[in-house]
Amino acid sequence: MTAAASPPPARFRLSAEDKPIVVAAGFILVILAVGTFYTLATQGAATLLSPTYLLQQLQVGAFLGIVAAGMMLVILLGHIDLSVPWTLAAAAMMATAVGGGAAIPVALGIGLVVGVVNGFGVAYLRIPSMIFTLGVNAVLRGLMVAHTGGFAPQTKATELMQWLAVGKILGVPVALLVWALVSVLVVLMLNRSALGKSIYAIGNKEAAAYLSGVPTRRVFILAFGLCGMCAGLAGALLAGYSTKAYQGMGDAYLLPAIAAVVIGGTNILGGRGRYLGTLVGVILIVLLNSVLSIMQMPEAGRQVIYGLVIIGMLLVYGRGARVTS
Amino acid sequence: MSDLAIRLRRNGGFLAAIGLFAAFYLFYHANHPRGFSVPVLIQNVNEAFTLAMVAMAQTLPVLTGGLDLSVGAVMTLVNCLASEVLTGGPLELAFGILLCLLTGALCGFVNGCVVVFGRIQPIIATLATGAIYMGLALFIRPSPGGKVDGDLSWAATNDLYEIAATYGFAEGGDAAWFQPIAWIPTPLILLILVPLLFWLPFARSVTGRTVYAIGSGEGAAWMSGLAIGRARIAAFTLGGFFAGMGGLYLALQTSSGNADIPQAGAYTLNSIAAVVVGGVSLLGGVGTAVGALFGALVLRTISFNFRIFEIDPLLQPLIEGVVLLAAVSLGAVRVLRVKNTLELFR
Repeated sequence: MTAAASPPPARFRLSAEDKPIVVAAGFILVILAVGTFYTLATQGAATLLSPTYLLQQLQVGAFLGIVAAGMMLVILLGHIDLSVPWTLAAAAMMATAVGGGAAIPVALGIGLVVGVVNGFGVAYLRIPSMIFTLGVNAVLRGLMVAHTGGFAPQTKATELMQWLAVGKILGVPVALLVWALVSVLVVLMLNRSALGKSIYAIGNKEAAAYLSGVPTRRVFILAFGLCGMCAGLAGALLAGYSTKAYQGMGDAYLLPAIAAVVIGGTNILGGRGRYLGTLVGVILIVLLNSVLSIMQMPEAGRQVIYGLVIIGMLLVYGRGARVTS
Repeated sequence: MSDLAIRLRRNGGFLAAIGLFAAFYLFYHANHPRGFSVPVLIQNVNEAFTLAMVAMAQTLPVLTGGLDLSVGAVMTLVNCLASEVLTGGPLELAFGILLCLLTGALCGFVNGCVVVFGRIQPIIATLATGAIYMGLALFIRPSPGGKVDGDLSWAATNDLYEIAATYGFAEGGDAAWFQPIAWIPTPLILLILVPLLFWLPFARSVTGRTVYAIGSGEGAAWMSGLAIGRARIAAFTLGGFFAGMGGLYLALQTSSGNADIPQAGAYTLNSIAAVVVGGVSLLGGVGTAVGALFGALVLRTISFNFRIFEIDPLLQPLIEGVVLLAAVSLGAVRVLRVKNTLELFR
């Protein structure tokens, strides 16, 4: 017999890593198609597909995108950061209060400090991140209520913050460019640096990473610190977008950020997931929201659709393994 | 180590929660301008009841090692439903109450099915179902309001005397034999009866033990031939039932329904805090719903104390936050006790 056993005909199969991204991207096309069909039927124009409209939506999505980028680092570790809402608000309030050239460094600094505190609690005190970051969130809220008296601060966002949030370079919103910059940095960090590899390693098996010599505690502090900085940056941009900071400005970003990361195929237990997925997840949520608001869907319907989409997507590719040992 | 020492150690968190509650609550009454009085007790139990129920609801998923982000939404959904159905004659009222409790249990059952058959992580599955329940609540009640039977509302949120007076038994509450118990607040009785009737039998059943086994080691539970899927669904269903109880009571207490998203979120987050303060491990397998109940009472008692000391309202959230952070940081004691660093990674 001479003919070597030829390999079975290669069938097109998606790897477990790519499937979520492809499915989510496909769903974005579905959302766009449904929305366009709706606008064609009611207004006779494909508003949704015009570049101006899409860029405007992505500009608003940039805030969520930056928060989700940071959240992803923490979720990859197998943890979660529930302090994002008030980290964001505190950074925005302090940035507008300080004002001037120091505004943005102050926002980033506050995010970093909060993140390091979170990392310390999780890495050294070994308190579950779920509850420790919840406590930090409560403390930050308390600090900000005491500082502002419970009202929206009267201080204005600086010119630079406003420009970063609503300015345009050659027709492209600056916020989008900031999001792109954050994305590039996160991708480089995750794929090309020891820190990134350590994050994945810890997410897979912390004990194994520790025994292999990964400085696990330092990685925790860095990852939480970066997550806090992302929240702080988003806070500065959001304050610039609405020209001032206000109470509860971060509340609308926590759950969508977690949902975006998970829809993008990142395992909520850590260790697996690609940044591209998170990007696709954010775009999906932003477009879903904008199509639903074009359709003038009441809040009740939005919530239901939102929940069904998350469950539906996860049923397609987010199912865990059956426990058999 | 003696038997007693082992028992004390295993229930350390639970006992600490009871101790904290007793200390805070005694301190509160000792410093109350009017001293201990029944109206104050009634008011306190009323304010704590819903959170206590939601905390018990959170306990069951947490015992299996998961987290339920939908408890606040289930509570709100039932609250809104109750503001629609709790009117009419005795039969309609009874049917309405039953409908509310069943709705809560059904929501929990759906959560359990999504987690078990969908094999989606509980935290993310309930994040999604929570959004759906919130949407349904908004369908039922787009703006706050509604109507709840006044007699029922009055009777359920006061002392036993008012029940007797409202519904006319024990000579309208004036019978001599009734006097020794007439002062007892109705919600306090409910607060004792609910764990006694629903939690204890469940925890002692095979299904209940299976819930603990899943939290301690799911693989081992599976290998031992336990019905882990069924136990998980049962845990979520009972959790939904407790959350529904909380929503029903909130409707009786406020005589209205309110599909308030921030309020639902606050209840969910507070339930997690209450569970941890009550000595339930977020890793699963350790703790009881009664502990979580005391955890909720601790959280509420802290805010009672703010009132009598006239602390600047602007500082209250800060103090609440610091106390919460300090309470959960007590768990760090474990780090000092561990002899082998590898034991920390679980």
